[in-house]
Amino acid sequence: MIQAAAFYLFATIVIASGVMTIASRNPVHSVLWLILAFFNAAGLMLLLGAEFIAMLLVIVYVGAVAVLFLFVVMMLDVDFAEMRAGFAKYLPFGTLLAIVLLAEIVFAIAAWNAGSIATGVRAAPTNAAVPNIEALGTVLYTRYLYIFEGAGLVLLVAMIGAIVLTQRTRSGVRPQNVSAQVRRRPEDATRNVNQPVGQGVEL
Amino acid sequence: MIGLGHYLVVAAILFVLGVFGIFLNRKNIIVILMAIELILLAVNINLVAFSAYLGDMVGQIFAMFVLTVAAGEAAIGLAILVIYFRGRGSIAVDDINQMKG
Repeated sequence: MIQAAAFYLFATIVIASGVMTIASRNPVHSVLWLILAFFNAAGLMLLLGAEFIAMLLVIVYVGAVAVLFLFVVMMLDVDFAEMRAGFAKYLPFGTLLAIVLLAEIVFAIAAWNAGSIATGVRAAPTNAAVPNIEALGTVLYTRYLYIFEGAGLVLLVAMIGAIVLTQRTRSGVRPQNVSAQVRRRPEDATRNVNQPVGQGVEL
Repeated sequence: MIGLGHYLVVAAILFVLGVFGIFLNRKNIIVILMAIELILLAVNINLVAFSAYLGDMVGQIFAMFVLTVAAGEAAIGLAILVIYFRGRGSIAVDDINQMKG
């Protein structure tokens, strides 16, 4: 009984905060609603018994992605009132598209409930005795090892790409050149002159 | 009793909200990126729900990979947004077709 109550609580909040994410006027509020949606989706996944994915959702989405969004929204000085200009213009078309898409998905779910195509054998059957994280690791580090490393590569490329894209060389600044300072010897900087009496020094 | 259908309906609504959000906020690319995150979240809920109800771990594995791609996509998207803003002083998506050449 408490599972059903928790499910309806999480589901209601995740959908409500999804609506507020796309509808709120201030993008900072949008990001905060998005964070709430992620937290409640993590709750839904906990109910499903996928503890590791739930924790990952909180750490990756809330801790990294949403904070990144918050950073960018607050860093860029954008006139958000002007951004809302097309809001009403695209409302009818967007609504039509959303209704068509929702109808299709509901139809697909109904067809699936009516008797799905048999999915044959399970690729990696779950074992109730094994904890979720252990089961996940057992499959991830054996059969999906190459895909896992590919995912690591994707993250590496994303990191390098983001750094390369946003790096800029400023002109007009005079940074310290440490190696030139260390390489400099006394004979580069000083010279001995046998100065005749009565004449100024030639610099 | 909560069945698989309940989770699928929640994910479907979330997915449609994401698509709807892209059309609703045509000018604001930050909210478009957030809508894409909503879509990927809906996909993740679907994957994990099927994984739980079919008794197969592969769904959760692929939910992890979707999470990876979502994080990378957000980082690259926001980096492009930052350099676009730096060059033009606005993030109006309507003007992006002026970037030819």
